[in-house]
Amino acid sequence: MATKIFTDAELEQLQHEAVRRLRYGFELDRRDFFKLMGGGLLVCLSWRAVTAQETREPVPRGGDDEPAALAAWLHVNEKGLVTVYTGKAELGQNIRTSLTQQVAEELHVPLSSIQLVMADTELTPYDRGTFGSRTTPYMGPQLRKAAAAARVVLIQMAAERWKADAGKLVASGGKVLDPQSKRSISYGELTKGQEFVKDIPADVPLASPNDWKIAGTPVPKLDARDFVTGRHKYTSDMTRPNLQYGKVLRPRAFHATLASLETADAQKIAGATVVRDGNFVGVVAPSVEVASRAVDALHAEWNAPKQISDRELYSYLRNSVGSEEDEGEQPSHRVGSINDGLAASTKTLAQTYTVAYIAHVPLEPRAAVAEWSADTLTVWTGTQRPFAVQEELAETFHLPIEKVRVIVPDTGSAYGGKHTGDAAVEAARLAKAAGRPVKLVWTREEEFTWAYFRPAGVIDAKAGVRADGTILTWEFDNYNSGPAGIRTPYNVPNQRIEFHPADSPLRQGSYRALAATANFFARESFMDELAHAMAMDPLELRLKNTTDARLRAVLETAAKNFGWGKEKSSPRRGFGIAAGTEKGSYVGTCVEVAIEGENVAIKRVVEAFECGAVVNPNGLQNQINGAIVQGMGGALFEAIHFDNGIILNPHLAQYRVPRFKDVPQIEIEVLDRKDLPPAGAGETPILGISPATANAIFAATGVRLRAMPLVPNGLKSSS
Amino acid sequence: MAIILVVNGTSHTLDVPPDQTLLSTIRDNLDLTGTKYGCGEGQCGACTVLLDGKPVRSCITPVNAASGKKITTIEGLEQNGRLHPVQEGFLHQEAFQCGYCTPGMIMIAVALLQDTPHADEQVIAQRMNGNVCRCGTYPRIVTAVRMATRRG
Repeated sequence: MATKIFTDAELEQLQHEAVRRLRYGFELDRRDFFKLMGGGLLVCLSWRAVTAQETREPVPRGGDDEPAALAAWLHVNEKGLVTVYTGKAELGQNIRTSLTQQVAEELHVPLSSIQLVMADTELTPYDRGTFGSRTTPYMGPQLRKAAAAARVVLIQMAAERWKADAGKLVASGGKVLDPQSKRSISYGELTKGQEFVKDIPADVPLASPNDWKIAGTPVPKLDARDFVTGRHKYTSDMTRPNLQYGKVLRPRAFHATLASLETADAQKIAGATVVRDGNFVGVVAPSVEVASRAVDALHAEWNAPKQISDRELYSYLRNSVGSEEDEGEQPSHRVGSINDGLAASTKTLAQTYTVAYIAHVPLEPRAAVAEWSADTLTVWTGTQRPFAVQEELAETFHLPIEKVRVIVPDTGSAYGGKHTGDAAVEAARLAKAAGRPVKLVWTREEEFTWAYFRPAGVIDAKAGVRADGTILTWEFDNYNSGPAGIRTPYNVPNQRIEFHPADSPLRQGSYRALAATANFFARESFMDELAHAMAMDPLELRLKNTTDARLRAVLETAAKNFGWGKEKSSPRRGFGIAAGTEKGSYVGTCVEVAIEGENVAIKRVVEAFECGAVVNPNGLQNQINGAIVQGMGGALFEAIHFDNGIILNPHLAQYRVPRFKDVPQIEIEVLDRKDLPPAGAGETPILGISPATANAIFAATGVRLRAMPLVPNGLKSSS
Repeated sequence: MAIILVVNGTSHTLDVPPDQTLLSTIRDNLDLTGTKYGCGEGQCGACTVLLDGKPVRSCITPVNAASGKKITTIEGLEQNGRLHPVQEGFLHQEAFQCGYCTPGMIMIAVALLQDTPHADEQVIAQRMNGNVCRCGTYPRIVTAVRMATRRG
């Protein structure tokens, strides 16, 4: 079997047959692997090899003591087709394509002969999750190593067959060639009848980005046609035999407990089954509409504690510091002596910034299809952390982990919002009760209410500056929003930087670039305030205080492309700049705003971005552009409003997201550093837009806005 | 109650409640899942289909309102393996990231180009403003639709 690019049905079948065999003690099961996949070459990269190179990627559960714990594997079959297994998930960030490119590069095969199997807990190696811009810097090199090792083995196989010197043979286009004798043999012919397993040494050499021919090029999204024809199947599009539809009765407020439940009216609805388990109440029905109607017919009383509103949020966060015991000690970052620095400063400044809770609004809501078969559970769900969801399901249903399988179809976006298994657990509970597969798709209102939010936060910034603009002290306290991107990239001799975990009134979690959005907003706004306080140009102040060549490069490139300094801001037109580094990449952003009465519009964004060697310039442009547009929402108008455990704006009609008419002219320059390893790029490009916009508004109006979103109701109400 | 739906040129007789949404019906009863649920309140456009050539939000359209009318979904655009010029434009520009909004975007653009074949960028932004791409791919989408205006 598996002698061609798999059709969906074949892949499905293959996946089912492979259940559990690859799970534990993979060493013992490698023979089984060949039974499934047909003969060929199997290349395995162990965690031991990965960790030997001191990557920061943590080892999987089970630890690296287990020799069988594998980080990646790939298989070359008897037709020369390559199947690569990775626990990463495709969420629109285009890694299915960029990882395939990297395999093609090192294995010297065309893109069309590679199939990626992604994010399936039974088939793919353990992976902590697809987040933190880690796929490109960590998974990329792992797959490149696996592919390079496979190429070396294939050349070796050809050398043995021909009794030739392996050093004189080359691999190209899925074949090994002998340039002297002009002989050639395809990978498929080489692996035919073989069951060859190769463990990769840690030090397998990789091609330099300078020599890349497939990686580094703007390869179009591999399965793009399926997205313009509607053929791609997201979780919410999945169907199963005898599928039913689920719906959950949501409490009337957060932290509510069920006091009483009257189900008689709901039970009367034909086809509907009510499921109650503790505080969980749901319905299974033959259609979405019937399930909704049945939930509406449930009469529940809830007890909910009194809870705060968004009006009290920032003082609440500041005053609740330390109440989150499980956050543990958050060590502060201290350099030099603040007192000494202040003594030498001619000017000091202190300001406070705030950031509201915002929602991810992935256009595909959380969704899951759950199916029980005897005591095993299979769940298809859009998540960034399939293995964590597998654990969540195993724990919830008291199952051994190997009895739970989580499969992630390429998903309708996440932006950090799909780390948890909520929909998966709910669908599984309903399917268990119904004895049939159940699909559960959250409504938009459920998304806005029962998902988690980007943390709100309060940030205090203080600095002392010498008369020439040299920053001597830097104090920075972040309450609640998080420690990501909290350090300053500027050269300040005396620093005290602290994150203070607080008791968040709303459920909060990851969001694209985490707290770096908040910390960049505060830091780069404050840098602008310092520049104005010192009567310096904001670009000049930044350049004066950094020697980081990569930071200077994005600042200078953005400024040059924007025409920074050529024109002065005027009351109706303002220019702002911001920059920084996060997750190994660098961003510099210039913004032009137009002020018309109380209205503020972003007219032009010029961004310079650098993430080391670029793997796919086409996908990268798409990510940067998208991050800028998404960042505009949080900068200008997105905010979650709440009171007493209830979200007040849980609809798209009430929660404004960027739309066509909001989009400015966007100019992006990517600095391709082929001398540096590739860094992730899904997050950092979002970071410059908020502070650069706040700075541009100040430049035009003299009004300093220190709260994100900046202008939810126009200019006057925000000032 | 039997409802007759003519979807992409094929007639279907369905036994569904008349107030069931057109979206659920084409997705769950006909398994045409290219049309997406995004918000259920007509605010995002992911569910856009054409009803007698006019774009409608199928998530807020009861199925009986579509009975007997000509319904076109994303699956009905490709003819004999040839993509519609708008689909070609999206493919050429790679005007998507996660792709979830794409069918709705393409359907609204098809409708737009039917009555405004030479729509400029401003008209495109104006007419497509009701469709959300949370990945923020709007500039490429505008370019893709512009490409289709020149081809179509």
